[in-house]
Amino acid sequence: MAKYILKRIFYLFLTLFIIATLTFFLMKMLPGTPFSNQNRMSPDQLKIVKAQYGLDQSVFVQYVRYMGGLLQGNLGTSFQFNNEPVTALIGQRLAPSMQIGAQAMILGTVLGILLGAVAAIRKNTWVDTLATFISILGLSIPSFVLAVLLQFYLAYKWHIYPVALWDNFQSSVLPTLALAALPLGNVARFMRTEMVDVMSSDYIELAKAKGNSSWKVVTKHALRNSLIPVVTIIGPMAVSVMTGSMVVENIFSIPGIGEQFVKSITTNDYPTIMGLTIFYSFLLVVIILIVDILYGFIDPRIRLGNGGKE
Amino acid sequence: MGVKNNMEQIPNVPKEKFKLIHDENNNEQEKIGTPSLTYLQDVRRRLFSNKVAVVCLTLLSIIVLISLFAPLVAPHNPNAQQVTLSNLPPKLGNLNIPGFNGYQNMGGKMVDAYKQAGASKDTFYLLGTDYLGRDLLSRIIYGTRLSLIVAILATLVDLIIGVPYGIVSGWKGGRTDTIMQRIVEIVSSVPNLIVVILMMIILKPGLGSIVIAIAITGWVTMARLIRAQTFQLKEQEYILAARTLGESSTKIATKHLIPNLSSTIIIQTMFTIPNAIFFEAFLSFIGIGIPAPNASLGTLLSDGQKAFRFLPYQMWAPAIILSIIMIATNLLGDGLRDAFDPQSDD
Amino acid sequence: MDKILEVKDLHVNFATYNGTVQAIRGVSFDLNAGETLAIVGESGSGKSITVRSILQLLAKNADIAKGSILYHGDDLLQKSEKGMDNIRGNKISMIFQDPMTSLDPTMPIGKQVAEPLLIHNNVSKKDAMARAEEVLRLVGIPNPKARMKDYPHQFSGGQRQRIVIAIAIVDYPEILIADEPTTALDVTVQAEIIDLLKELQQKIGTSIIFITHDLGVVAGIADRVAVMYAGKFVEYGSVNDIFYNPQHPYTWGLLDSMPTLDTSEANRLNSIPGTPPNLLNPPKGDAFAPRNKYAMEIDEEEQPPYFKVSKNHYAATWLLHPNAPKVDPPASIKKRFEKFKQLGGSVK
Repeated sequence: MAKYILKRIFYLFLTLFIIATLTFFLMKMLPGTPFSNQNRMSPDQLKIVKAQYGLDQSVFVQYVRYMGGLLQGNLGTSFQFNNEPVTALIGQRLAPSMQIGAQAMILGTVLGILLGAVAAIRKNTWVDTLATFISILGLSIPSFVLAVLLQFYLAYKWHIYPVALWDNFQSSVLPTLALAALPLGNVARFMRTEMVDVMSSDYIELAKAKGNSSWKVVTKHALRNSLIPVVTIIGPMAVSVMTGSMVVENIFSIPGIGEQFVKSITTNDYPTIMGLTIFYSFLLVVIILIVDILYGFIDPRIRLGNGGKE
Repeated sequence: MGVKNNMEQIPNVPKEKFKLIHDENNNEQEKIGTPSLTYLQDVRRRLFSNKVAVVCLTLLSIIVLISLFAPLVAPHNPNAQQVTLSNLPPKLGNLNIPGFNGYQNMGGKMVDAYKQAGASKDTFYLLGTDYLGRDLLSRIIYGTRLSLIVAILATLVDLIIGVPYGIVSGWKGGRTDTIMQRIVEIVSSVPNLIVVILMMIILKPGLGSIVIAIAITGWVTMARLIRAQTFQLKEQEYILAARTLGESSTKIATKHLIPNLSSTIIIQTMFTIPNAIFFEAFLSFIGIGIPAPNASLGTLLSDGQKAFRFLPYQMWAPAIILSIIMIATNLLGDGLRDAFDPQSDD
Repeated sequence: MDKILEVKDLHVNFATYNGTVQAIRGVSFDLNAGETLAIVGESGSGKSITVRSILQLLAKNADIAKGSILYHGDDLLQKSEKGMDNIRGNKISMIFQDPMTSLDPTMPIGKQVAEPLLIHNNVSKKDAMARAEEVLRLVGIPNPKARMKDYPHQFSGGQRQRIVIAIAIVDYPEILIADEPTTALDVTVQAEIIDLLKELQQKIGTSIIFITHDLGVVAGIADRVAVMYAGKFVEYGSVNDIFYNPQHPYTWGLLDSMPTLDTSEANRLNSIPGTPPNLLNPPKGDAFAPRNKYAMEIDEEEQPPYFKVSKNHYAATWLLHPNAPKVDPPASIKKRFEKFKQLGGSVK
């Protein structure tokens, strides 16, 4: 296991290195510069500004510098936003994004598990149909559409929650709901499929033959066995929530990294785009690694190695 | 055992009934009870017996047909501006249907917005107009068309890259497979949407760029599925037989692999389409997608959102169409999967 | 002898896309305390469904249309779901065919073996685990104390089947239903499992209903044998009756297709030609008639009743009717008749 984790961490850094390199050179290919719309600058001024950001050097030197900075946890300096370091920008804005992201993941996963389990147990009944319908809605309606609808009805028309504000828990409710729909739909569908599979397996029949009531068969055997694989989709889902939050944060004016990313795109702020891309990728690979390791610990078949003789 | 009562007495049966009938030749044995269906007939039967899938297929067909014949169906030019007639609410002829009568709440009073704007008596817009006085219905028809074109093109590129990639990776195995899978891993290590956004920043905004941006990450899922499936198929007896008989790789791929992969391809395609539509809408929504004045579902949503508080109809219509397309393709994908995979049939 | 189970005129139907499948078409039998009854038949003959009906462990689309299952005179089919839960794993327990998939992959085996005890008896967890360990030793799991915490994938197929057996007997059931318990195992392991079942039966005195498609397995374990075809028993009697004085052409076919030590004479195995009938539309007459070399006109018109061969030996074939012509059974069957005479029986 330890060897496996070390190997995975090595690949993690290799992947991040490649991503950082690709991102860097992609950014160098960009057509516009952040200064292109500031015609007021004279060529001399432009030169000074470029030197200030190290843009007067060869691309290779810039690359080496950038990668060196990355190793020290330096993601570069923003062109906009008072020349703040990108890491500082992310640092200030991480908390709100993490809060709504985590809330949405937890809410969506828990509700999705319940919905999927109920659908599987009541397979081919109206309960199943309703649950399937809800999960399809969650999967299909883009989070930004849902966000706008929630904002309009729950905030603007009925004044239950603030329209666009970031201070207390109240203001995180609507973005959480908008972002929770996708994990809810995903988990519910996955859970239903897994559980239907498990429910038709031989060991469930044996559990029934032991004299377990239907309820106990579900709680003691079916649930655990169907929950384990659900862990595997948490990683990809965290990513969709993360990217979904870009627009949702915008709609609700939440000062998070998603909003920052969109802002940087519209202002051609390359260092921030680059830094956030690498940051997002880092989060993604780390989450997936954690989930995989977690899966190994939860599933005895992986934890204890495949010692069976089959 | 239990049934003694009815066997103590021997039934009275005439002697001639006890003639042996098939003494030597048992010729009737191999008769099969029910007529057997071919695989595809079976798939079709299962698909068409699934009401949800049929409804979705019908809805999607209608939407596709309308977008296909957009120039004939759309009542107005989608980009024609008529600033005097801007932001008019929906109106359906002179029928007085609430919500579709051209009345609007202005300062707490319902006002005939058409009269106010000075529109002639028989001017009406079924879904109203936007801030530039463009007919929303026509824009939605053309927008849907554009979104569908993006989705279909992106899916095609997915297929063209993903299927051969998966087949080669799965079929060759060994070192080739390891390298190819590493590439897949790296591509999928960056959140899709971020790659798409980066591509959009680099490329010139427009239809082609969106297709490329979406396809650059989209093929990965397809390649993965096809690789896994090819891996399994490779070990199947009939493929082994074909290999032993010395059939060429391309022939095996086209004659044996592709037909057996077709269900995976079709099902995955049904899930790629809504994904592509979502990406397009997302990009246009944050303003780096389809450039103005052309409409796509994403730009319409984005425009609608800006006016949503006061003119909710401008957001509702594209939101509903987008959601219907997403829901219908997802459900149809489910239906197809169930139809192709009899195990999940019960 | 003590009759503990009586199945009377059981009919089970399955609702399918194509219509109603009449899987069990009137099965009756009884089971005495301490004996082993084997039910033999091809796959799809309904043997598994018959025993699953006893515990009501049938698929959702199954319908027990008719009949009764009396356990000590109590009709199990009239019991509530909760009433059945009290029977399952306690009074009547079951061993399944595939040990690779019968155990919960994410639960330590000790816990799985102790589970029936905790469900049915008011015992402490500690006592239940102690008893589980004892039973695991009884079924031949080496070093059970240490292995209680292991998971199913850490055991071989034969060991897993032993664990499944341990689960079935942990609460001393009165009836043990074994649904092809050896089919998925290697031949050598098969014999071990059969021996284990025999040994356990002597130790705890349970009755066994043993299902198999392999007549060879039956001889070693059963007291009585029922041969099943297309949802009906075609012949039943003692092991000797079935093996040495078979009367039904289907039983002949089964025995004729069984490898024996003297099969070598022609060096070939016989098989029964054709396939079982489609039970969506069961034939009007004898279901075996289309595959039966000895079929008569009456077979196509009317289902044969059970004819008594001797005490406790019955067969459903018109060949036993006094008006039926004398037919010539396969050579291997004639040999069996001779053996039966040596054993002191009278051949018809």
